[in-house]
Amino acid sequence: MANKNNEALKQPVWLNNPVVVQILGICSALAVTSQLKPAIVMGLSVTVIVAMSNVIISLLRNTIPNRIRIIVQLVVVAALVTIVSEILKAFAYDVSVQLSVYIGLIITNCILMGRLEAFAMQNGPWESFLDGIGNGLGYAFILIVVAFVRELFGSGKLFGFQVVPQWCYDHGYLNNGFMIMAPMALILVGCVIWIHRSINKDLQEK
Amino acid sequence: MATKKFKCKVCGYVHEGNEAPEKCPLCGAPKSEFEEIVEGGAAPAKKGIDTGSNVYTIIYAAVMVIVVAFLLVFVSSTLKPRQDANVVNDTKKQILASLNLRNVADVKAEYDKCVKADMLMQADGSLVPYDGQFNTSYNSEFGKGQYHVFQAQVDGQDKFIIPMVGQGLWGAIWGYVALDADRNTIYGIYFSHASETPGLGAEIKENIKFQESFQGKMIVNNGAVDLDVVKSGKADKSSPFEVDGVTGATMTSNGVDAMIDKVLSSYIPFLAAQCPLNDACSQEAEVESID
Repeated sequence: MANKNNEALKQPVWLNNPVVVQILGICSALAVTSQLKPAIVMGLSVTVIVAMSNVIISLLRNTIPNRIRIIVQLVVVAALVTIVSEILKAFAYDVSVQLSVYIGLIITNCILMGRLEAFAMQNGPWESFLDGIGNGLGYAFILIVVAFVRELFGSGKLFGFQVVPQWCYDHGYLNNGFMIMAPMALILVGCVIWIHRSINKDLQEK
Repeated sequence: MATKKFKCKVCGYVHEGNEAPEKCPLCGAPKSEFEEIVEGGAAPAKKGIDTGSNVYTIIYAAVMVIVVAFLLVFVSSTLKPRQDANVVNDTKKQILASLNLRNVADVKAEYDKCVKADMLMQADGSLVPYDGQFNTSYNSEFGKGQYHVFQAQVDGQDKFIIPMVGQGLWGAIWGYVALDADRNTIYGIYFSHASETPGLGAEIKENIKFQESFQGKMIVNNGAVDLDVVKSGKADKSSPFEVDGVTGATMTSNGVDAMIDKVLSSYIPFLAAQCPLNDACSQEAEVESID
């Protein structure tokens, strides 16, 4: 049993990563990765929300009528996100200002619905909790990788601090403005998938 | 007697009996596609309710909606006062930022120390005290025809702060501009936004250097608002009426420019009411009298 829990936590981080293997949550991965800070904040919020909604759905799983299960999942996620956002506004206003639009994006994140439907509906609360944490971290990991590349080459900064020294600019180096745009995020996610598949050969489709 | 359960891996159909059926009655999958469901512990005895029935589904949905609705109302109403206090606090923090007082630890105390009065501009440019509640949305205030001016004092010098609201590329932008006692020279400025792109448009808020580049610039020239935010790198450094926009965020910079133009134009009676040391100003006073 302990081994299975371990799997639930570790699998989604690398071998069954929600973004690069399950191809979920791509839309928000494009939106929030132009800088590292929002990417990390978004990754952590998604982790918390997936874990919590996984636990709730897992507790309710035997009572949910099969025909309206997607609606039930949606209501749980939406209610949870709204409550978390209200609590943040009341007790951590600065964080909620930073999250601003992203908190709404969490509801539309396909990882949530995907994990609820694929895992929490069949498994107990504790495993579901671990699965939520694992998937959230897997998502956060990809966001951080993409945001790192985009911020470094797009604005020459990391976490808002200048890292490309001034003399590079003096010698004609230019920030790549295309990096900031959403299409480049898609290309980068593609590159990450490519690298990921060449390391894990058994994931390659024939 | 324990009947076993078999689930079709293709469509999810559950068959009860001692053995899996030859063919799935729903999707026609062969026997090999069935797997036995092993219930954990002694749970199966307690399956009383049919969760697939219509009545159950409707009651379930109704109960869920009512529970969630009450929960949300409860959370929202208990947290409302705290949230409002936070919004007021944040607005005051932004006003202080326009006075170049950033990262203030105790916002309320600092605000009470620096900002002396919340005034309303009259049609002739004079100020009367405003006695309503502290506002956090100046958009609706402009809509009501109420033009706020905050009187402040920093290091013994009088400053005037004017709130601004406008439209960026993706959503609302707003800001506060603090003027010196001559009602023309910018002492400090603060911008913020609802949803501009991080790294591009959002720089109007994050990039302190952009906000600082407004310091010492002037607003009114020949009776009209002449301060322009131009394309990055195109600003004439010697002109007091030009500021560089944000690199790569021309649309947002244009929004800032339009906001300054539009809002401060409605403040012209106030801005032109006092004319020290400014030649343009006296010409403008004549224009005003002809009107």
